[in-house]
Amino acid sequence: MVEFVVKDLNIWFGPIHAMKNVNMEIDSRQILSVIGPANSGKTTFLRMLNRLNELNDNFRMKGEVLFAGENIGDMDPETVRKKIGMVFALPLPLPMSIFDNVAYGVKVSGVGSRKRQAEAVEKALRRAYLWDEVKDRLETSAFKLSGGQQQRLCIARTLAVEPSVILFDEPCSGLDPISTAKVEEAMLVLKKDYTIILVTNNVKQAARVGDKTAFFLSSELIEIDNTERIFTAPKDKRTDDYIRGKFG
Amino acid sequence: MKDNPVSDCTVSAVPKLRKRARDPVLMQKVAFALLFLATLLIIVPVGLIIVVIVQKGLPGISWQFLTDIPRQGMRSGGIFPAILGTVYLVGGAIIFALPIGLLSAIYLSEYARGNFLTRLIKLAIVNLAGVPSVVYGLFGLALFVTFFKFGASILSGALTLGIMILPIIITASLEALESVPHSFREASRSLGASKWQTIRYVVLPNSISGIITGTILGLGRAAGETAPILFTVAAFYLPQLPGSIFDQVMALPYHLYVISTQVPNVDEKIRYGTALVLLTMVLFMNLAAVVIRCRFRRKKKW
Repeated sequence: MVEFVVKDLNIWFGPIHAMKNVNMEIDSRQILSVIGPANSGKTTFLRMLNRLNELNDNFRMKGEVLFAGENIGDMDPETVRKKIGMVFALPLPLPMSIFDNVAYGVKVSGVGSRKRQAEAVEKALRRAYLWDEVKDRLETSAFKLSGGQQQRLCIARTLAVEPSVILFDEPCSGLDPISTAKVEEAMLVLKKDYTIILVTNNVKQAARVGDKTAFFLSSELIEIDNTERIFTAPKDKRTDDYIRGKFG
Repeated sequence: MKDNPVSDCTVSAVPKLRKRARDPVLMQKVAFALLFLATLLIIVPVGLIIVVIVQKGLPGISWQFLTDIPRQGMRSGGIFPAILGTVYLVGGAIIFALPIGLLSAIYLSEYARGNFLTRLIKLAIVNLAGVPSVVYGLFGLALFVTFFKFGASILSGALTLGIMILPIIITASLEALESVPHSFREASRSLGASKWQTIRYVVLPNSISGIITGTILGLGRAAGETAPILFTVAAFYLPQLPGSIFDQVMALPYHLYVISTQVPNVDEKIRYGTALVLLTMVLFMNLAAVVIRCRFRRKKKW
């Protein structure tokens, strides 16, 4: 099943042309890895999918993005963001308790009952493999957690809203290898129920977890294909060069 | 080597450098002494003001002084109407200025784009802060007393003071709101929270200490000003308590001015006692601001 269809997408930030004529389809319940050097437009692409780019005053966009058949531009942005969750590069807990962090998205969608919030919090924390580590200190500040725990907290926070898509923006860039492995493991389990789009600077990570891989360079989509194909027989020479570490 | 102009240059520069090389230690000491002395000098006037006023005013302070009305042409009795008047005026100013100041700060920080209107508003705030207080008094007289026909009343005075402290509240609130990291807003929005929910649940709880601090500092300013209330509310001598917001009241700063310069033969105890009460009120407000800031800073979670 196709989750996203991107048609002739162009994005500008002020005078900067940040995304040029991108066309692609993203399948549901798979992991799509997005790789490419810094400033290649990966993050812009990701933030476009849940309309976070619009928080920037200079943002302009042309083209269409269909999400489950519907143009996201016609949808209510808050609804888009509830259905398409996002985990940022740095663990970004909100300055409140662990419980409140996970309950936040549920609360703002109008669930006032503390009991229902608690159920959602436990479920989300279990899915992010964090419940056992924090179940006794849900009321302490989220900033007391370690970096890896904070990142899993952010994943739990996203899951609590019950999205159908999760966007990961270099979620492991600040984590040690063991924490990274835990996050990757979580992603592989999550893809059974969610569509996952993973932006990563770590080419090996893309190879490890991605079903498909897309390669961006200078604001353009160079190639998208099955991960195996991209890493063994890419069509474009630039993809090959990047994967082999010849540049970037 | 001698032919090389660069090395020549260095050679001639060396003696100068050496001469200076001895100085830095001394210079350092001199500079330190100067800077320290200049800083030390700040305590002197503050200390003197407090010592003199406490010394001369404390004997005048009694329960009767604080709770009685002025008697015998303000030469004896208490200053209760003036204390109450100042409390009313400060309270009225805050009721008027805090909502407007806070809401406009939220607008400027969260909603406004960098367009002409925003620049105009910011310019207006700067100008509002720069207007001398006596001009506020005249403005209040023209607008509230005369044009709106509120008369010389608590309402006119409180509104005038409110306008005067608006820029203080807006600037402090704006600073507090903008000190909340942008990433928190982004995280909140990414979870499907609307702009207002983000402000309500994330931005305001993390900037409330700065907002309260700024507001209290504004209040301290409002409590001490004479000029804005001179034409709009302050009564020369009114030994009774106000019945409504359209009544005149006495106020501490103006009362102090009156008994110090306009009424002959007022006992020094009464004058300095009044000053001491005013000073204590303002100091307490500033102290409250400091305490609130410290408490919230300890609670801050990032």
